[in-house]
Amino acid sequence: MKFGVVVFPGSNCDDDTVYTLQHNLGQNVVKLWHKDHDLQGCDFILLPGGFSYGDYLRTGAIARFSPIMNEVIEHANRGGYVMGICNGFQILVEAGLLPGVLLRNLSQKYSCRNVHLLPQSKKALLTAELPQRAYKIPIAHGDGRYFIDEDGLKRLNDQDQVLFRYCEADGSFTDEANPNGSIDHIAGVSNETFNVFGMMPHPERASDEALGNIDGRYILEQLVSTVLI
Amino acid sequence: MQFVANINIMPIKEILDPQGKAVKLGLHNLGIDQVDDVRIGKHITIRLEAADAAEAESKVKTACEKLLANLIMEEFTYDIQPA
Repeated sequence: MKFGVVVFPGSNCDDDTVYTLQHNLGQNVVKLWHKDHDLQGCDFILLPGGFSYGDYLRTGAIARFSPIMNEVIEHANRGGYVMGICNGFQILVEAGLLPGVLLRNLSQKYSCRNVHLLPQSKKALLTAELPQRAYKIPIAHGDGRYFIDEDGLKRLNDQDQVLFRYCEADGSFTDEANPNGSIDHIAGVSNETFNVFGMMPHPERASDEALGNIDGRYILEQLVSTVLI
Repeated sequence: MQFVANINIMPIKEILDPQGKAVKLGLHNLGIDQVDDVRIGKHITIRLEAADAAEAESKVKTACEKLLANLIMEEFTYDIQPA
């Protein structure tokens, strides 16, 4: 299993993501430059957080046209695994690999704090085997309000594509626990074929004991354990 | 032939525009109480080379649909004139 972390101009969570995969999860991981056209034989592509292209126009909108995205889209269409975290999630919705869109936070403010997530989908490898409890994971975004039209939302729910919902520490859903006004408390979604994942919170920022919280590692371990079978 | 396209991109009506809502409050604080709706979008000006108006329009439309607007959240209008 080989992981590739794409580096766009303005990515700033690429090193954290590589560190977590390498040191916390013991995986083989390489960085992939956005101008290249070579996925270097990676099985799993990660688009990290950051501010690709300065967030100009719309978050993720310009990165979606970076040269390597042609190969990332082909990889996903062949059934290969792709995951986007935060800005990576924004890039994946702009690329049309995930449904919906991420709007400006309802508060109009950039929000950087811990939130709690409840795993949802029983079909996606990221969440299917996760024990049901609230996971404490940091967010850091200004445009994280997930939106999809009514039909799309129904489809997401019917097909069990919602990966995580924002919740309280006890797992209950309240408006206060929703940090950005996302529709239906959605914090992450999968595509219909369950090989592309996106989430706004940063599990890679909660994966090392030194940080005092390894809830993110429990989430990312799902990818490794299930894929290796 | 040179053309100039003036493009307006607006959030679709179904989407809450918190920026517009905040500006509306500001306008009320300024004393303009009559304002009952504010929505904020983007204005983009493009200068481009095209053989004729039809080609210019087709390029501008593609630019809007593929990059300048995200049709899930925004709608666009444009006006194209010879430069």
